[in-house]
Amino acid sequence: MIPGVEPAEETAAEESHIVANADVVKARQTVRAYAQRARLSLVDQTKLVTAASELARNTLTYGGGGTMRVSVVTRGTRTGVKVAFHDEGPGIPDLDLALTDGWSSGKGMGLGLSGARRLADEFDLVSQAGKGTHVVVVKWAR
Amino acid sequence: MTDRVPILKIGDILLVSIQVDLEDQMVLDLQDDLSRRIVETEARGVVIDISALEIVDSFVGRMLATIAAISRVLGAETVVVGMRPAVAMTLVELGLSLGGVRTALNLEQGIGALRRARNQGPVSR
Repeated sequence: MIPGVEPAEETAAEESHIVANADVVKARQTVRAYAQRARLSLVDQTKLVTAASELARNTLTYGGGGTMRVSVVTRGTRTGVKVAFHDEGPGIPDLDLALTDGWSSGKGMGLGLSGARRLADEFDLVSQAGKGTHVVVVKWAR
Repeated sequence: MTDRVPILKIGDILLVSIQVDLEDQMVLDLQDDLSRRIVETEARGVVIDISALEIVDSFVGRMLATIAAISRVLGAETVVVGMRPAVAMTLVELGLSLGGVRTALNLEQGIGALRRARNQGPVSR
């Protein structure tokens, strides 16, 4: 994910669909359970679940629905939670613009992507116009 | 059909206690319901208790700011009470400081703040 950093190893994972508003709520609950399993602090759990909520909504609203994959990851002695969102929607034409605070293509405050990036320890976004969007966030236990 | 958040009337205050993880549609319904109830009941204050909420994301944050603004236009002050410390830390890092929203630590302080605001308010009736 980050050049020069060895990839994290996944020890448990689960995938779910995000196609309705209720799935955003379920996504939050799933991420919370994984964050607790990885022993993230309460504040870090809250930050990760909030980031996941923003990204799940983006997947639904802008991506036209997609999937979420949650996993417990380890790198060396560290444990964390990785959440990956994938959709095959229209993609994001201008990533720099989309990651700017306050920029919004429609409803919302334009804090979704930029906020999620701030709340996570690692953030990776790949998007291709017409092909879809893949966003990954990782939060490590301290 | 989604559930709706109940709105309770206590004197001239409307109390909204959010007890479940909110779907986006419930958030939008609450905005509509509350606006209507303020007018129907001639409420002067709104207290929104979010102590049960484990997260407040930008959607819910925006709803709180919008409700406060709508209420003010309709003649009622809004106080958001009971925000958990982890939620507050996350909201600020997310980039939402809820600048236009009055907050209090708990229900009692929130109702107290509304009473004081009314007694000192420039308009009385």
